[in-house]
Amino acid sequence: MSFVTLRRVIRAGLLDFSRNGFVSFSSILIMVETLFILGFMLFVGIILNTTLNQLRDLADVNVYFTTNAPEEQIVTLQKSLQALPEVESVGYVSADEAEQQFRARHKNDQLALQALDELGSNPLGAVLNVKAKDVSQYDAIAAFLNEQQSLGSGAGASIDKINYNNEQHRSALENLKNITNSGGRLGLIIIAIFIITTITTLFNMIRLTIYTSRDEIHVMRLMGAGQLYIRAPFMIEGMLQGLIAGITTLLLFYPLTWWLGASTAGFFGGVNIYTYYLSHFVLFFIIIVGTGVGLGALANFLATRRYIKI
Amino acid sequence: MIYYDRVSKVYPDSSVALQDVSFSVEPGEFISIVGHSGAGKTTLIKMLLAEEKPSSGSVFFESINIHEVPLSRMSHLRRKIGTVFQDFRLLPNKTAYENIAFAMEAAGRDEEEIRSDVPHVLELVDLADKMNNFPGELSGGEQQRVAIARAIVNQPDVIIADEPTGNLDPVNTFEIVQILKKINDLGTTIILTTHNKGVIDALKKRVITMDRGRVVRDDREGKYIL
Repeated sequence: MSFVTLRRVIRAGLLDFSRNGFVSFSSILIMVETLFILGFMLFVGIILNTTLNQLRDLADVNVYFTTNAPEEQIVTLQKSLQALPEVESVGYVSADEAEQQFRARHKNDQLALQALDELGSNPLGAVLNVKAKDVSQYDAIAAFLNEQQSLGSGAGASIDKINYNNEQHRSALENLKNITNSGGRLGLIIIAIFIITTITTLFNMIRLTIYTSRDEIHVMRLMGAGQLYIRAPFMIEGMLQGLIAGITTLLLFYPLTWWLGASTAGFFGGVNIYTYYLSHFVLFFIIIVGTGVGLGALANFLATRRYIKI
Repeated sequence: MIYYDRVSKVYPDSSVALQDVSFSVEPGEFISIVGHSGAGKTTLIKMLLAEEKPSSGSVFFESINIHEVPLSRMSHLRRKIGTVFQDFRLLPNKTAYENIAFAMEAAGRDEEEIRSDVPHVLELVDLADKMNNFPGELSGGEQQRVAIARAIVNQPDVIIADEPTGNLDPVNTFEIVQILKKINDLGTTIILTTHNKGVIDALKKRVITMDRGRVVRDDREGKYIL
């Protein structure tokens, strides 16, 4: 397409947009609805993802060492664990830190603290806190630890117990894995259904507006106008509607997320959607406005196809 | 220049629109096609514009079989044919000037040509003062004159006028026919379909009479006989 042609189709698209005031307004309203649902689903996805991640974060395997376990051996095992591809992180809690944590946890339980004092020495051993990259990978990590323990040398010899070997802990991890997996899948399905439904509505609405222009398109073809020359102004009009609808949607999200942000942060797993929206505004702008402009162009391109084939 | 070679058109519901129609049109001719409603006049016109495909036979324009031209090349062929319709078919959201300019833009003419030719052609149809009016702000006769201006602006080889006076009063009908005659005098081939006996009898040009999809008369200086 030459520069002159491009300038002409852009001018025609802008003129059609301004002269079809009511149609443009209705199209923008439907697009705002579509983009609003899309943006809302983005928030739902983010909140769902954060919540599931927090749930996943609860899962870990603790390796308890005997009180006389040498620290360098524990650190060696920590390094071996970190080298495993399944391991996300390995936290080391020394015997002294374990005691401090115990005291902090039982600061209101004088009896427990008194009992600890009476012992004279620290009864708590060091702990390695192992987190896997995925909940399903704890089996492999536990197998590695059991192997180390059965070898009976190095830090393996100092392992007192591994809580993954406790049936209750293992089944809790298994349940968590199932909940997070099915929760994620269900969330994605619901989000996809909403987005597909709303985009289908938008496409149908644009098909109807193009239907009202079918005679116009027909005459343009009979006058010898090329297919792209007829289509392009409709696409420009759709892109402009998408741009305005996208900006309107972003503006609507500002007061809405502000209003909902603080009050729902606790409910949404600690995510303040207002601060999230502001800190990720560029991403939202690209997704919402980009989708609006893209859908506007695509829907008009497809809707004109039927009437252009003469 | 234009040749209908044994053209027939049968629609899927078995209704016959055209039966074995053959005739030719020479450059510079003014030919009128008459017949009752449903005689096949409009189908004949649609064949030339490649809006309809024949069930059998061929339509040639300047030795090209129109229905063998690919869709991507069709616009080039159509730019050689100007069209005027009974219901005007102007683009409703464009002014009279823009309607005519659109035809020139579609043909790839440059801005300078458009700026000089559009006012000139509007003057020819006596509408220079209404160039910024939208179709809805013009009378039927004025809209038809804009449609004629749009049809002639690219200097096509042929103009097809499908019942152009069907929606007009006698005064406007007379004016439109005079404009078409003037265009023909300048060398453009005209194909006119009409029901108007007065127009045909006054023209004293070639008349093709159709009845139930067949050509029943083809008179060099014909009259409206039905």
